[in-house]
Amino acid sequence: MIYIIIGHYGSGKTNFACNLAEKLSVDGSTAIVDLDIVNPYFRTADYTRELEAAGVKVIASDFQTSTLDIPSLTFDINALTGDFDNLIIDAGGDDEGAKVLGRYKNAFSDKPKTILYVVNFRRYLTRTAEDALEILREIEAVSGVRADTIVNNTNLAEETTAQTIIDSDNECQKLSNLSGIKNIITVIPENITLTVKNPFTVKIIVNKPWN
Amino acid sequence: MKGNEALAEAAIRAGCKCFFGYPITPQTEVAAYFAKKLPKVGGTFLQAESEVAAINMVYGAAAAGVRTMTSSSSPGISLKTEGISYICGADLPCVIINVQRGGPGLGGIQPSQADYFQATRALGHGDSRVIVFAPSSVQEMVNVVNDAFNLADTYRMPAMILADGLLGQMMEPVEFPETEAKTFDKPWATTGHANAREHNIANSLYLKPDVLEKSIIDRAARYAEIEKEHTKADCYLTDDAEIVVCAYGATARICKSAVNAAREKGIKAGLFRPVTLWPYPKKELIKASENAKCLLTVEMSTGQMIEDVKLSIDCKKPVHFYGRTGGIIPTPAEVLEQIEKLTGEGV
Repeated sequence: MIYIIIGHYGSGKTNFACNLAEKLSVDGSTAIVDLDIVNPYFRTADYTRELEAAGVKVIASDFQTSTLDIPSLTFDINALTGDFDNLIIDAGGDDEGAKVLGRYKNAFSDKPKTILYVVNFRRYLTRTAEDALEILREIEAVSGVRADTIVNNTNLAEETTAQTIIDSDNECQKLSNLSGIKNIITVIPENITLTVKNPFTVKIIVNKPWN
Repeated sequence: MKGNEALAEAAIRAGCKCFFGYPITPQTEVAAYFAKKLPKVGGTFLQAESEVAAINMVYGAAAAGVRTMTSSSSPGISLKTEGISYICGADLPCVIINVQRGGPGLGGIQPSQADYFQATRALGHGDSRVIVFAPSSVQEMVNVVNDAFNLADTYRMPAMILADGLLGQMMEPVEFPETEAKTFDKPWATTGHANAREHNIANSLYLKPDVLEKSIIDRAARYAEIEKEHTKADCYLTDDAEIVVCAYGATARICKSAVNAAREKGIKAGLFRPVTLWPYPKKELIKASENAKCLLTVEMSTGQMIEDVKLSIDCKKPVHFYGRTGGIIPTPAEVLEQIEKLTGEGV
């Protein structure tokens, strides 16, 4: 199964993708591909040690051994799609970051896959369902993939409470109606108790150096 | 919000109407945010052909009396310094953001604090100064943008916000204050004389020595007032501290964690965090280190702010240094180890 994670930059894609990888690796061989060639900060590859300790293979773009200050892809996704039970592809943020997916859409076309759109409704540029839909459509237009699942990752970092998540429900439902995507997963940080349909509990992997 | 976006949003709310920049990692989101939002509020966003062009466009907009900003990262700021000096010489207000990365030359793209000397001493030649703010959270980035514009307009000079790649790229919750942007009368602005007044001329060339000397002395008097009135620092657990850790920006957050860990071990540690780097908060540091036996400066450099720490206290107490460079961020454990080493030695 291929899991393609898309979303606005700063939406929490990487933290979700890392958690998903760790969970899936319990039941099958799992790899995570860091496909972000736009932004060199807070990337999947920064958490390689933790992920590999959990049995996840990390395949990352390279930018430290080249003479460019942007990451470059040094692996063949076409070949990878058959090698693992679970292949998680963490795309870059926005349409700019997801553009590279378009290059590989043929590699995924005949494989079982799910496209997850991560959204944080407390993010300044995605406060409303309309804003979140606009960004989703921009990503879909360049990447050639269409989301089938909304991952409601509404959070205020350390200030997140159960109420933060509850308050986002309306906009999330609205996004579901506007986009026609019926499947919704709600991300719940492990320190918060909240009962929702389709919860996905996460620990904070993507963290700041002083925490 | 992401730090870089928060800087741009705060500037728009502070009435910034013109942004000129050129992309560079790790600050490009500042420009990207302006590109999206500034046209919607009647402003002008322009991606210039180079950093040199961008700062000269800022010079022009500032001369016309508009609130204006540019943003870059270390190598780009080096390119802008000629223009910054001209803006200082023409006594014009603007705000410049530096989201620091490694250097010298192209350096690297990970966070750094190695532009301290440049920011506080060398943004321009000719006895010029620039007000420098060093926020340490995304919220503080929002707050200092407004202060930077107000001080720049009050004293007719550039103000810089010295951030780093970590602050620019990280996500934190922010609140925007509901205050209206302050407006300033700018009778000196080159807005067209309409035959009703003398020409206003924005220029930094003074060929007569007595005229140039007077302009420098006038500027120095303003600088002296700023040094007296506008220092800002944050002191954490310094009242009874036997060791005062001095750090700014993202490094101060790491040091705060280390100070908390030291306190848990019974070590009387405190943190002094300057919010303004020029003017340096000397009197605040003297007070914060009253009971200290020694000071420890922590920076993402090989030691630059340490000079201002020593100058502030007239070298009356030992000042130690710990730093990481090249894009490596010091950890709270590393800083704690230094605190333990220094206090274990009998301080």
